[in-house]
Amino acid sequence: MNELTTLVLDYVKKEYLEAEDDRQLTPQTKLISGGIVDSFSMVSLKRFLERKFQIQIPDADASPEAFDTVDSIVALVQRFRQKK
Amino acid sequence: MYSDKLRQTYQQELKTIADAGLFKRERFIHSAQSADIVCEFPAGAKPKKVLNFCANNYLGMSNHPEVVKAGQKGLAERGYGMSSVRFICGTQDSHRELEQRLTRFLGTEDTVLFPSCMDANGGVFEAVLTDQDVMIADRLVHASIVDGMRLCKAMTDTFKHSDMGHLEEKLQEHKDRRVRLVVTDGVFSMDGDVAQLDRIVALCRQYDAMVLLDDSHATGFMGRTGRGVHEHCGVLGEIDIVTTTLGKALGGASGGCVSGRKELVELCRQRARPYLFSNAVAPPIISGALKVLDLLESSTALRDKLADNTVTWRRMLKEAGFDIKAGDSPIVPVMLYNAKLSQDVAYDLFQEGIYVVGFFFPVVPKGQARIRTQMSAAHDKRHLEQAIEAFTKVGRKYDILGKGKNEIVAKYGP
Repeated sequence: MNELTTLVLDYVKKEYLEAEDDRQLTPQTKLISGGIVDSFSMVSLKRFLERKFQIQIPDADASPEAFDTVDSIVALVQRFRQKK
Repeated sequence: MYSDKLRQTYQQELKTIADAGLFKRERFIHSAQSADIVCEFPAGAKPKKVLNFCANNYLGMSNHPEVVKAGQKGLAERGYGMSSVRFICGTQDSHRELEQRLTRFLGTEDTVLFPSCMDANGGVFEAVLTDQDVMIADRLVHASIVDGMRLCKAMTDTFKHSDMGHLEEKLQEHKDRRVRLVVTDGVFSMDGDVAQLDRIVALCRQYDAMVLLDDSHATGFMGRTGRGVHEHCGVLGEIDIVTTTLGKALGGASGGCVSGRKELVELCRQRARPYLFSNAVAPPIISGALKVLDLLESSTALRDKLADNTVTWRRMLKEAGFDIKAGDSPIVPVMLYNAKLSQDVAYDLFQEGIYVVGFFFPVVPKGQARIRTQMSAAHDKRHLEQAIEAFTKVGRKYDILGKGKNEIVAKYGP
């Protein structure tokens, strides 16, 4: 697992799982459609990515589909980093 | 045109709901709402006498003789309805009187009535916040708050349920917003736990944030004189916005309100769309609610009885060996974890004369199915004794007494 994937996965675990939640998350786990992250809580993830990587993700690109797995989030971040 | 093809499309949609086990069927009650009711279930079956353990009738006001009488008086003297929204010709003096009485009862500055608390929550956010603000909500707030937040242009964020450390992180993170509004239920409706409102208020003071409290499952009985969770937590007078309902402890009919800082309440009166575009609350409901407040301000006997019933019921369930969620509120969830088990146990309890409902995903998280029991001041000792006898019998049948999560899941699946 590369550094970027690990970083996003760790943030998702810390931000969205309760202490007693023993679900195992992988980069392919469905976050939004799997009920782990709701659309309201996505904002903190978006802000985290924007701050951490000094990028701007337009609301139109921050779709539930783009945020549905750690892999898709990483792809999104890479796309906007390249655009910088 | 509603063609055959379109009909089939909708029939398929309904089938999908049913196939997922999510189709809700109503049970017909042939009596007034009370601890003892007559219920037809399933539809077409002979109506049967059962004890009601799943109503929000916390203080037994739904069929309280004095409240019914007051409703009848309101009906006779002020008519059936207003045929108008409030600001055209729908406001009677009694509407304003009830708003002032609620203000006094809730310890706030002003109040505006809504057709329901669902509508109050649907309208309040967009009335008082802009796109420069942020709403930071507990992750388990009621669906009506979620809908209200969706209708508002302010940024949304959430904190882990009742996690004050996480809330503090969020308040720090959103220091740049014009207004920070922390949003919480007073009593959480599915778990029955109480918000740490004193700590929330302290954090909001520290980080210059406002608090919105939905106290629908608390107004009338939480706190020494039943004002709500703000009284229970010692922060009466410190909540910027309280939303609550007349549809539970305060009479059980319908109606809700936004109560709080007078400028915010006035903004709701000017801008909140469910207030502006819905009929005024009907006169008999206003009269009934005024009587409820008379009763609650003259004596704490009903909230005291509810508190005693809650302690007794929690003790009875624990002694019988059920796995219940801890808490101080009259919402007492009996944990069964498995969705089918929750439906089977509820069905068997109905056969034993106890009306309860099993809740499972998506109403509660996956693997957290339960039966939500709710205490009422209308329950007497005999009701609790009859109920625990039935619960014990059914609990034995399914061999879940004395068993915790792991054992129940091992036997019935997650």
